[in-house]
Amino acid sequence: MNLIVCHDLWKIYQLGDVDVEALRGVSVSIDRGEFVAIMGASGSGKSTLMNILGCLDTPTKGRYSLEGREVASAGQDELAEIRNRRIGFVFQNFNLIPRTSALENVQLPLLYRGLPVRDQRARAGEALARVGLTGREQHYPAQLSGGQQQRVAIARALVSSPSILLADEPTGNLDTDSSREIMEILVGLNRTDDLTVIVVTHDSTIAGYASREVLVKDGQIVNDQRRAPAPV
Amino acid sequence: MMTFITMTMWTAFRVLSRNRLRAGLTLLGIIIGVGAVIAMVSIGGGAREAVRSQVASMGTNVIMIWPGATTVGGVRGAQGGAVTLTVSDAQELKKKVPLLTDTGYARRDVMQFINGNRNWNGPINGISPSYLTIRDWSFTSGGPLTQADLDSAARVALLGQTVVENLFDAGEEPVGATIRIKNVPFRVVGVLAPKGQSLQGSDQDDVIFIPFTTSERKVLGTLFLGSVGAVFGSTERPEDLPQAVEAIREVLRGRHRLQPDQGDDFTIRTQVDIGQIQETTSETLSIMMFAIASISLLVGGIGIMNILLVSVTERTREIGVRMAVGAKRRHILMQFLIEAMTLGLMGGLIGIVVGILGARVTTAVAGWPTIITPGSIMVAFLFSLAVGLFFGLYPANKAAGLNPIEALRHE
Repeated sequence: MNLIVCHDLWKIYQLGDVDVEALRGVSVSIDRGEFVAIMGASGSGKSTLMNILGCLDTPTKGRYSLEGREVASAGQDELAEIRNRRIGFVFQNFNLIPRTSALENVQLPLLYRGLPVRDQRARAGEALARVGLTGREQHYPAQLSGGQQQRVAIARALVSSPSILLADEPTGNLDTDSSREIMEILVGLNRTDDLTVIVVTHDSTIAGYASREVLVKDGQIVNDQRRAPAPV
Repeated sequence: MMTFITMTMWTAFRVLSRNRLRAGLTLLGIIIGVGAVIAMVSIGGGAREAVRSQVASMGTNVIMIWPGATTVGGVRGAQGGAVTLTVSDAQELKKKVPLLTDTGYARRDVMQFINGNRNWNGPINGISPSYLTIRDWSFTSGGPLTQADLDSAARVALLGQTVVENLFDAGEEPVGATIRIKNVPFRVVGVLAPKGQSLQGSDQDDVIFIPFTTSERKVLGTLFLGSVGAVFGSTERPEDLPQAVEAIREVLRGRHRLQPDQGDDFTIRTQVDIGQIQETTSETLSIMMFAIASISLLVGGIGIMNILLVSVTERTREIGVRMAVGAKRRHILMQFLIEAMTLGLMGGLIGIVVGILGARVTTAVAGWPTIITPGSIMVAFLFSLAVGLFFGLYPANKAAGLNPIEALRHE
């Protein structure tokens, strides 16, 4: 079943008098349970594509349907709602809220869903347990290692039981060991929970964990191939 | 929604407590503003209350009539200098003005009184017995002057508290004692209940009352028999005062044979008039209070706005993250509004405490009466909340209007 269907996506920014075409007719379909790596050099348009797939931004033209729902023309509040329930984000620089405990960081999506505090805490605790951080609930981000911070971020993405996990250079700020740890968690989630994972990266080692590689260049998809992922 | 609000308030407290110095300095404006309001309102309230009780101490619904100033060849003398009011004026007014429940009259002079080896100088008043009832004067011991005392020009006296304190030992019973005024012996028949300060600030208890006739014939002497220093009247209800004043003016002008082009040779004042003069003073005070409070709260509000703008800039990334995980614009808007109101409220609460302490200190040091009403505390509380809300709107709007992608990229 198609989770994501994009048809002829264009994104045009206006920089002064010049129109910059960040995306030029991107069409791509992603099924539930896929592990996709979106690759490309900086400036290729892969970040723009990710922002649109993550409902942080809307395309200038084209269609994007997520779980059968047309979102290309959705309003701000509707997009926020979709981000809250259907999408989990993992960023390169973790983006945890400073001086706020790991547990509260993970609770955040549930806070905006209006869940009672007791339920928020219970679900956030479970999510932290899944990334192996039981016992670190009350630690502040500054008291955790880079790898641990990224695991908190993954727990925050998981807590809302999304259908897609979007990771933008998730290992960009991590050493090799931590990188492998993070990627193994993502692969595990993809295999055991059938969670759709999309990783944006320019690192081919990271892309090697994926079962499908999409190469973006000059705002267009130039290569899209499925292959057997590297054994974990 | 309640969960969101309570959790956001909790977050706001934590954010503020992290930057204690910064928050404290921001709050200073509000603290000073609210503190000033509370202190000034309570001092003003105390002053008003003092005036009210002083006005009440004059009696109920009292009308006072004084003789006018003399005019000799264009040179005007002091008020009360003329001898235009008489005992018969007072008696006639009671008959001809039905609105007046009673009239009385008095004349005064300052003299020395002696009791044994002690002496005291104070005002001595020759009065009609009705004077005491009009002015609501009660007794701590003994009884009033009677009509018989007046008719026989009896040598009896009533003493005010201040006089008692200066002429008698503590615990000594003045009633029944004999004092001398101008070498005339007087029997003390009563001691008056204390009334405190008058509106003009004089001690109303520093007084001796004797029958009017006695004062005329035996103590003060007089130029014209029957001329009085002041005539007093009272009405049943305060609403009757203006009408009664007009009626009195008419009767007196007729009795004094004044032509229409001549001015009054007397002055009429009511308790209400005198109260109003004081009200005007306290109104001026209120306007000043309002100005001070407005300026302080404005400055405090701008402080809140400033610190929130800094906070929005500092926490742009955080705002981006919140938006990415599903915060809607109104969530961000409310988060910053709640922070602004928390600042306003904290400033307000501290300000209220400071204001109450300020009022207490004023009472202790300057001896001014102060009154702190729950109403003024409530108003100060709501005002600080409103200031926080108003000055938080712009920064909160700015935060809510951020683009999530740009906010996430912010360094």
